[in-house]
Amino acid sequence: MTKFTSVEALHSHREALLATKKDENKKTVSVCAGTGCKAVGADLVVEAFKAEIAKNGLENAVHLKATGCLGLCEKGTLVMMPADQTVYHSITPKKVPTIVEQALVQDGRADDFLFADPETGAKQPTMNDIPFYASQKRLLLDKNTLIDPICLDDYISVGGYKGLAKALEIGPDKVIDEMKKATLRGRGGGGFPAGRKWETCRNAPSDKRYVICNADEGDPGAFMDASLLEGQPHSVIEGMIIGAYTIGSDEGYVYVRHEYPLAVERLTKALEQVRASGLLGENILGTGFNFDIKINKGGGAFVCGESTALMASIEGRVGEPRAKHIHTVVAGLNDKPTNLNNVETWATVPLIVEHGADWFTQMGTKGSPGTKIFSLVGKVNNTGLVEAEMGATLRQIIFDMGGGIRGGRPFKAVQTGGPSGGCLPADKLDVPVDFDTLWNEGSMMGSGGMVAMDDQTCMVDVARYFLDFLKFESCGKCTTCREGIRRLHQLVSDVAEGRATEETLDLIETLAETVEKGSLCALGTSAVNPVLSTLKYFREEYLAHVRDKKCPAGVCKELITYHINENCTGCLICKRRCPEQCIAGENKQIHVIDTSKCTKCGICKDVCKFDAVEIY
Amino acid sequence: MTVKFTINGVPVEAEQGESVIEVARRYGFEIPSLCHHHAVTPYGACRVCLVEITKGGRKKMTTCCNYEVQEGIEVITDNEDIHRNRATVLELLLAEAPKAEAIVKLAAEYGVTHSRYALPEGSEPTEERDGCILCGLCVRVCEEVVEVSALSFNARGDKRNVGGPYMDTPQNCIACGACAWACPTNCIGFEEKDGMRILKKWNRELPLEYTEAGQPLAPRFQLRHFIEKANLPKDFYKKGGPR
Repeated sequence: MTKFTSVEALHSHREALLATKKDENKKTVSVCAGTGCKAVGADLVVEAFKAEIAKNGLENAVHLKATGCLGLCEKGTLVMMPADQTVYHSITPKKVPTIVEQALVQDGRADDFLFADPETGAKQPTMNDIPFYASQKRLLLDKNTLIDPICLDDYISVGGYKGLAKALEIGPDKVIDEMKKATLRGRGGGGFPAGRKWETCRNAPSDKRYVICNADEGDPGAFMDASLLEGQPHSVIEGMIIGAYTIGSDEGYVYVRHEYPLAVERLTKALEQVRASGLLGENILGTGFNFDIKINKGGGAFVCGESTALMASIEGRVGEPRAKHIHTVVAGLNDKPTNLNNVETWATVPLIVEHGADWFTQMGTKGSPGTKIFSLVGKVNNTGLVEAEMGATLRQIIFDMGGGIRGGRPFKAVQTGGPSGGCLPADKLDVPVDFDTLWNEGSMMGSGGMVAMDDQTCMVDVARYFLDFLKFESCGKCTTCREGIRRLHQLVSDVAEGRATEETLDLIETLAETVEKGSLCALGTSAVNPVLSTLKYFREEYLAHVRDKKCPAGVCKELITYHINENCTGCLICKRRCPEQCIAGENKQIHVIDTSKCTKCGICKDVCKFDAVEIY
Repeated sequence: MTVKFTINGVPVEAEQGESVIEVARRYGFEIPSLCHHHAVTPYGACRVCLVEITKGGRKKMTTCCNYEVQEGIEVITDNEDIHRNRATVLELLLAEAPKAEAIVKLAAEYGVTHSRYALPEGSEPTEERDGCILCGLCVRVCEEVVEVSALSFNARGDKRNVGGPYMDTPQNCIACGACAWACPTNCIGFEEKDGMRILKKWNRELPLEYTEAGQPLAPRFQLRHFIEKANLPKDFYKKGGPR
């Protein structure tokens, strides 16, 4: 590997790379090898491509890349041709020969595997034609489609480490000015402007400073940070080097969950590469600046995503938050000034430094410039990772990018911001998504989790789910958080199970106030959001549970009963599948459920082809 | 360095590094707390000492045991909001320690005589309701004052508990009883019976050494620890020898 001893050496290496690429004139095939596609067999698809390319003698004409996440996890394994951005979906090894033949040998398109409009059937060959991609602004994620995550040359050839080179050229003061002007707000959920954070840290008197990348992504259903670390570890590393240079730090940490083995593996490789290339370690690019990064694997406690708990964990102590009356930028890790940002924030830094704050603030809203990656999950058609310009509405994200609600069912609510966020109802769909607006609506941006829900979701049950998650994940230090969340869970369970009265709802609100005001860290103070936001927007649904002892969405088991209606054809399938054997009925006669024995497992409803099983 | 600020509008002075609760008490302002003791590091677990602090124009409710004094802050130690939230914290604690005198008394001061959060008798496992409110005074006293570190918190969230490593009997516990003395809810259980010093909650039993006059003195581990820490002659407690 080339060792760059100066900024010029890096630039000339990039130029040489680009020139070679031009000469080679190879076609590139990108196979998504993110965690989602790997789970459905992306590795086998890569192998199949290798074999088929060899079979056709195309080794010298085709460049095969296993890339990071391409976003539309629902339709994996995804394959993309970066030259014209053609995307193929649901690719299995069996389909590979056709693609190689039609797209590489004949230089056309494999029409059978292209996306198509679900209504008209019209083909949507390229990213610009596919609504999922076309409505996004893929500032960061675009790189995932172009580069092999662990190929440093790939990253350099798409402009990688240009931001670092520029930072070294203009010096720390100008970097801080630019970062402050860009008002890049912390993508981990805090939304604090990174430039101001950096400045305070840089000005805090000390002989030692740390930078930390928070990759302890723990929200259920969220995988934004994972896919950046897996798809472009160098973006994060470059951001951290720029940050360290600006702040005056020589030691950095990436705190990443051990449940992210692929991210750890790729990050480790990437770090080895930059060390060998003179981009990390001693005398970076011959400027005399020293900085190295260590990986710290977290044990999986949700609370360790809180900055002070994370730092305690790196120090080898129990991951318990401490009071931040003195900020971590002044006294953080080992009591030294510490600048912590999350993965997405760090990955955005190189772009801002390279292109400037003016370029960055053109995107997004005034208060929240730039883009934000969301992991869009739940009852949407296109489950996956989307990058939207700040200020895009919830409707754009859920319906344009997400393709709407599955099975054409009505949209009911969207939970943003993970377990600490809130649920917003349908009449908030046109709310622009940015830090301040979501906060004012009783939810939050969080780190970008977005769970869409349909009419078969019970909001009481949703609140109960998140409280259950948080009562287990609270560190347990504060009475208000440990006992408060546990008792909130108990009270919401009372509602869901039909034991509650209207006084219970008042008690929930009283207790929630104290959990919010009286807890030390953000886990406790924001734990009440799911229950308070659902109480605010879906109070009728709570009242139905309390007054009528009914669960309108048909979810809360204690409050529903299963019945078979006259649609029943007497096919016997539900009777055979019922684990409690509590369905009676003869062939071609309407069946009957013995509700006294029914455990409400729902199998009968799932297997019925005639829509004959109803929930009251 | 002297730090000047106000408590309930009264100008006060403190040394840098002091906590608001200590300064407030010195000036005669009453602030309830259960997990604070001046001999150990503030921890901020019980959340009873909630106050309102205005700093740089921003008002925030916060605990004051772990809030270091800062120039120009304005502290309010009691008002309707503070009262209501302290009452809720005490109602939560009362459900955990319904028989602990200190909790019952303090809760009553805030108008809480029964907890609406407590489940009906018998529906919660009894070991969870031994009156421990997880304030961590025992842990801090053992680590910082006695310097033994026999105790720690185990697990997290609603499963959190306190005891020896892996919730086993702490083998380095000298049974000095400082934990039991510090405990606000008296839930540890200190006893001397049949020649043994017993700390019930930790399941620790150690035989007692006796004075020349035949009076029970302390467990041998404790005496040894004292000799080591205070640099005493090895036979300091042995002049009479065990009976």
